[in-house]
Amino acid sequence: MSKVLMKGNEAIAEAAIRAGCLNYFAYPITPQSEVAEYLSWRMTEVNGVFLQGESEVAVSYMIFGAAGAGVRVFTTSSSPGISLMSEGISYLCGAQLPAVFVNIMRGGPGLGGILPSQADYNQATRGVGHGDCRLLVMAPASVQEAAEMVMMAFPLAEKYRNPVMLLGDGLIGQMMEPVEFPDHLKSEPSNKDSWATNGIDHRNGTTRNLVRSLFLDPEALNNNNLMLRAKYERMKAEEVRFEAYNTEGDYKVLIVSYGTMSRVCKTAINALKGQGIEVGLIRPQTLFPFPDVAIREAAAKPSCRIVLSIEMSMGQMVDDVERCLHGVRPVEWYGKCGGEVPTPEEIIDLVKASV
Amino acid sequence: MAKLFQRPKSMFDVSTHYCPGCTHGVIHRLVAEAIDALGIRGRTVGIAPVGCAVMAYNYIDCDFQEAAHGRAPAMATGIKRVRPDLMVFTYQGDGDLASIGMGEIVHAANRGEKFTTIFVNNAIYGMTGGQMAPTTMPNQRTTTSPFGRKTEEVGMPIRMAELLATLKTPGYITRQTVIKPKYIQKAKKAIERAFVYQMENRCFSFVEVISTCPTNWGMTPKDAVQWAEDVLLPYYPLGDKKTPESEVADGQVAAAGAA
Repeated sequence: MSKVLMKGNEAIAEAAIRAGCLNYFAYPITPQSEVAEYLSWRMTEVNGVFLQGESEVAVSYMIFGAAGAGVRVFTTSSSPGISLMSEGISYLCGAQLPAVFVNIMRGGPGLGGILPSQADYNQATRGVGHGDCRLLVMAPASVQEAAEMVMMAFPLAEKYRNPVMLLGDGLIGQMMEPVEFPDHLKSEPSNKDSWATNGIDHRNGTTRNLVRSLFLDPEALNNNNLMLRAKYERMKAEEVRFEAYNTEGDYKVLIVSYGTMSRVCKTAINALKGQGIEVGLIRPQTLFPFPDVAIREAAAKPSCRIVLSIEMSMGQMVDDVERCLHGVRPVEWYGKCGGEVPTPEEIIDLVKASV
Repeated sequence: MAKLFQRPKSMFDVSTHYCPGCTHGVIHRLVAEAIDALGIRGRTVGIAPVGCAVMAYNYIDCDFQEAAHGRAPAMATGIKRVRPDLMVFTYQGDGDLASIGMGEIVHAANRGEKFTTIFVNNAIYGMTGGQMAPTTMPNQRTTTSPFGRKTEEVGMPIRMAELLATLKTPGYITRQTVIKPKYIQKAKKAIERAFVYQMENRCFSFVEVISTCPTNWGMTPKDAVQWAEDVLLPYYPLGDKKTPESEVADGQVAAAGAA
């Protein structure tokens, strides 16, 4: 298998096709418009479907329609566009439809900026939409990881009949790195005849399928929510993914960081190691489900004095870090918004100041 | 003795929840009859709106998706693009289509998405209890225009069929009504024609159906029929506004075909 140098956005686009997803609806928004530009010609090569919708609102419902009709489908957007899709995502969760969303985060709130951020953490991990909905949220830290997570996202979405979200940022989308699309991550679409509106004849059936999220009867709605909750509990049991970096030794500081920010932290950790200061890192690869146990166990190491949640936001993941620690260690947050990525030097100074 | 009239096969054998004098029952029936006549139940997907017809899927027996308010044309686009062999229709009221869903219907029509839209226009919001709609008539009293619709404040009612007919993309755009039997026969033909255009993969098709809402108009069903004929039809003229065969130039709509 050969490696190709690709821009993150284009690797995400290609990964979807390698995952057998031949349907893409999207609206342009910086910093991820390259996905649509790439697929506008690439989809024709694979006889797939490409459509630029008139708004993110409309796109989120094109996703719903296609997912309800039983095909693999995905879209990409960035922070304000994801906000516009929030209702549609809630509907997808309520109707139990599989689909893949990619958020290449940019600065907010409001129109914000076009540079990278990690400030949609709360939105993504709390399900984006109204009601008791959750998304399985994966956070890549490289173009390669983004490609692999896209390929994994489709069978995961089908396993849970739920939308799955990739949370990237403008740097991941824009940077160019070598990438390959592993054969072992290819997957066959699941059989959707039991619920999809793919046509009675298509199923060789007699009864129709209904895709819906309205349950006016209170007991029926509660039952639907209990079913959704059971899925999210199962995600917590089966889908936690994280990387532990430099956690073998006796570190005084534990950093929790994801995506682009985690790479800067690794650079700082390596530099500090050279200065005789040990720092461990837990890098969540799933933000929902959050690696509660891994973080708490890493923080509970006797040598560890403090946990630092480092994120390009005004403090969102720090709440989950505090939550899962059960008070076993103090927690501090460090971050920057506006699109400037904190430098390794800043992290080094931060670590030294915290012990 | 031969059975001359019966429930369409594509309708469930249940009573509907609609009000006395509501036209949804008739329109549902015409859609189901078209599905039966064309033999397409096995590959039809309906999209139910938010509105009184939110439970249209309880009455029409084919694959159905339940849409968010106004979004049915976007959902229909998604379904039709990925499964062009499926026959897709949306069924929407005036709030769903002409208010919150205005963007979706205009763009779907403009792209020429090959699905069929049934637009039930009764000049008011039904399900939510009688608020003003974009199609509410001047001076018409509703729960959010208690002194009557003041056009100097909120503008004139929107004529969707004419609006969509101005788009250059070919389509079948027509306005019908079901308030009296003589109109129902033409509406039935128009709805079937709309589905036939879809079967031919020809164009977007749109059938606006002027309807009654006796409950929220505060009238008896009989008075509602007359008010619709006397007040709505002059403002919302019946007939084909555009067919795939007619030409549209500079915003002028060709007078094509009989009502």
